[in-house]
Amino acid sequence: MTAVTDEVLTFDEAMAEFDPVLGFEVHVELNTKTKMFSSAANAFGDVPNTNVTEVDLGLPGVLPVVNGKAVEYAIKLGLALNCQIAETCGFARKNYFYPDTPKNFQTSQYDDPIAHDGWLDVELEDGTVFRVEIERAHMEEDAGKLTHVGGASGRIQDAAHSLVDYNRAGVPLIEIVTKPIAGVGERAPELARAYVTAVRDIVKNLGISDARMERGNVRCDANVSLMPKGTAAFGTRTETKNVNSTRAVAHAVTYEIQRQAAILKAGGSIVQETRHWHEDTRTTTSGRPKSDADDYRYFPEPDLVPIVTTPEWIEELRAQLPEPPAERRKRLKADWGFSDEEFRDVVNAGVLDEIADTIAAGSTAAAARKWWMGEIARLANVEGKDIPELGVSPADVVEVEALIAEKTINDKIAKQVLGFVAAGEGSPRAIVEARSLAVVSDDGALTTAVQDAIAQNPGVVEKIRGGKLQAIGALIGPVMKATRGQADAGRVREIVMEQLGITE
Amino acid sequence: MSAITREDVAHLARLAHIRMDEQELDKMSGELAVIMDAVAAVSEVAGDDVPPTSHPIPLTNVFREDEPGEMLSQEQALAMAPEAEDGQFRVPAILEGE
Repeated sequence: MTAVTDEVLTFDEAMAEFDPVLGFEVHVELNTKTKMFSSAANAFGDVPNTNVTEVDLGLPGVLPVVNGKAVEYAIKLGLALNCQIAETCGFARKNYFYPDTPKNFQTSQYDDPIAHDGWLDVELEDGTVFRVEIERAHMEEDAGKLTHVGGASGRIQDAAHSLVDYNRAGVPLIEIVTKPIAGVGERAPELARAYVTAVRDIVKNLGISDARMERGNVRCDANVSLMPKGTAAFGTRTETKNVNSTRAVAHAVTYEIQRQAAILKAGGSIVQETRHWHEDTRTTTSGRPKSDADDYRYFPEPDLVPIVTTPEWIEELRAQLPEPPAERRKRLKADWGFSDEEFRDVVNAGVLDEIADTIAAGSTAAAARKWWMGEIARLANVEGKDIPELGVSPADVVEVEALIAEKTINDKIAKQVLGFVAAGEGSPRAIVEARSLAVVSDDGALTTAVQDAIAQNPGVVEKIRGGKLQAIGALIGPVMKATRGQADAGRVREIVMEQLGITE
Repeated sequence: MSAITREDVAHLARLAHIRMDEQELDKMSGELAVIMDAVAAVSEVAGDDVPPTSHPIPLTNVFREDEPGEMLSQEQALAMAPEAEDGQFRVPAILEGE
């Protein structure tokens, strides 16, 4: 398929004429032990089609039973999003045919979601707080995973056939739907990223989801429409599906604003449709026309009885809620002694939890910040990923710190080690061993290298003997080269002085 | 008189992936209209004070403990697949928009 490149305006041109209206649907996969309606295991990465029961495969005559834990998680999330919890609610069948949904319907909630009418205060990069109104949060189930086979690109359009793994079918999901978000203007992409980040942080903080976007635990559909500046009637919207990193959500919103602005400015009209997000080109392409809700022929699920929540039950769950992320941030900032700017950078980089976990595992606040905001952030930037998605864990950072403390490696090698950790080569200690990265502190080998350096640099030696101790650096270089950067620089300096018979 | 039209029936048939010929569409739109009228008669009796009922049994909050139970083996799961490949269900190419 030939890629069709849409006309776009620059973001500034688009903003000069239009106001964006956003809306988000975020799907959160719960980390319950079992699925929403069956006792099959809810686990990632297992052998295909092994975490399935008759219910998940949609075999005739089976009966679903609701996972009570998933309902509790939904109520907790509703409370964390400042929602009303429905006194009674039920499930509904959303009918459509697609091979990832073997029952030919998704069990979801329709006109009576378990949580509704809430809000979430989202902090933008400069500390501005923007309130996002939540329309509803409802329970449903995930679909199976499709792999498209044949064709060069592995893309659906070229596939000869597809393979289906139903391990994910029936995994509990909560879908959080915002009300239309207007009035954010040119900060729309920033808000998009901040909102999804805030939701991810909340579900992680509640402990109800693993919240790993790279694994699809949190997935975002971004709705974008434009209206001419100074008007108030919403335009036709598009829905960009499955944008799976916080950074990509900002990019997808930016692109849709630019694309729609070009169409509207040229006198065209926007087609209400779903759009596919392409991470490689940072563009969207046309998907299917958006179905009317009528076309899903929703009706109450006859196999599941209603859920009734009592005030006592809700209060019991409310009492279990952890400290909200915003309050926790205030407390951590004081504990760690970071400046406003340092702390904001940490929050914006999305590594608050990583740093907290690193400190909890024994690191100092300063060291944890140094690694997460330094080399790890740099590696993530090179890879075009968010830092938490890079694959480096707090335990890895603590291990790197330990290797430095015991002088097995130095800071320079530590950076290389983190790169190898991100590349999936294993734990820092295992990598140091496998790649023979331990610094050379064997005096015999270092002494030989120092002696060679002295012999080859008589001019430098003269300067040192003449009292210019800073010239020692000129000898450390060749020693580092001879030991492939693995020499302990402090020890090399000592040996140079010993060899030349000088004391400081 | 029911509001269900022949076009409605054709649309529903398409959504439900049911092939219906011209005769069947005529017959079904007539029969569905009778059913709709019958349901409408119930609605007349059930006023605003009667909440919509989707379940006739007075049960709520039937929950399951979040403990894994017995699952099918991959072999059992795929035994019913028309075609299988690499431990997965093999399905025809899915066309966009279908």
